[in-house]
Amino acid sequence: MIVAQRKTIPEILGSINGHKNILVLGCGTCVTVCLAGGEREVSIISSALRIASKKSGLQIKVNELTIERQCDNVFIESAAEEIKKNDAVLSLGCGAGVQAIAERYPDKPVYAGLNTDFLGILETRGVWYEKCMQCGACILSDFGSICPVTRCAKHMLNGPCGGSREERCEIHADQPCAWQLIYKRLKEIGQLEKLDTIYPLKDWSKSISGGSRTIIREDHRI
Amino acid sequence: MDNETFEPKIVAFCCHYCAYASADLAGSMRLQYPTGVRIIRTPCTGRLEVEYYMKAFENGADGVLVAGCLEGGCHFIDGNLFAKKRVNTTRIILEESGIEKERLRMVNISAAMAKNLVEVIFEMVETVKKLGPNPIRKVAI
Repeated sequence: MIVAQRKTIPEILGSINGHKNILVLGCGTCVTVCLAGGEREVSIISSALRIASKKSGLQIKVNELTIERQCDNVFIESAAEEIKKNDAVLSLGCGAGVQAIAERYPDKPVYAGLNTDFLGILETRGVWYEKCMQCGACILSDFGSICPVTRCAKHMLNGPCGGSREERCEIHADQPCAWQLIYKRLKEIGQLEKLDTIYPLKDWSKSISGGSRTIIREDHRI
Repeated sequence: MDNETFEPKIVAFCCHYCAYASADLAGSMRLQYPTGVRIIRTPCTGRLEVEYYMKAFENGADGVLVAGCLEGGCHFIDGNLFAKKRVNTTRIILEESGIEKERLRMVNISAAMAKNLVEVIFEMVETVKKLGPNPIRKVAI
């Protein structure tokens, strides 16, 4: 799932400056699960904005709505009426959600209320770890389902860098060495021989480096 | 409004198993506390979410007091520990919004600590009196 965090209230106030009616629009999917942009967070940020605007005499009218998913036209339509009623939208969706809303409403300013951080999982209550950097050419099958591209700070593909200490990464001491994890995992599942293969240079052309990517599934098109 | 005439409106969320019982005991003991304090009974302080505190301030409360069980004594094991974290988070959001964080405070009170509860209420009222009314009340309420 996509993991995001809220922007500070002064940051948000700075971006919505000049608008009188704002719709704070939450998203019921990933950002709800990572406690950043769901119904509850919409309520909290809306209250904070009302308090801050009243205090500074701005009198911004803040409205609240949370839809099932901001990155999908079908669900965006359910917010059409509210979006039209307001001067601007403060989206608490991920980066894709903010852009999806802005594309559907070309005449409506749409602002981001969150910083979208990464694709990750909930490790334990209140702790999220990045697990995938969407490189476009998945190699998890060769590394015991532990991604060296994402989880090794140096993206090493042919063994550890040699700098790890007590199974910890030398760049981020609070993180385990990804290669230590890969070795342990491959040993456990009896696939250590996979490490004998020299991995060629990774094809980064399938990653984000050449601008945003598009996927076209002809079998789903007419 | 000067400090003499200003009587703070304070919302006190009290846990059913401890602080609410201590407020009850305070009544039985004929202990007096300021009338501007409104006690709201909650099943556990762990039930209280950040938005509850935000709504209280948005609607004009001058201060919010959260009174839960002593640490380690929560009827639901760790509800009061969650409440502590949420109160701290709310204090950050309040500061960002322009409300002094001292207006929100959490205390741990057992059912037998009626005197302590009253003392804490007086302290809270004093703190809020020094800060003055909730800044948004000047605009609307």
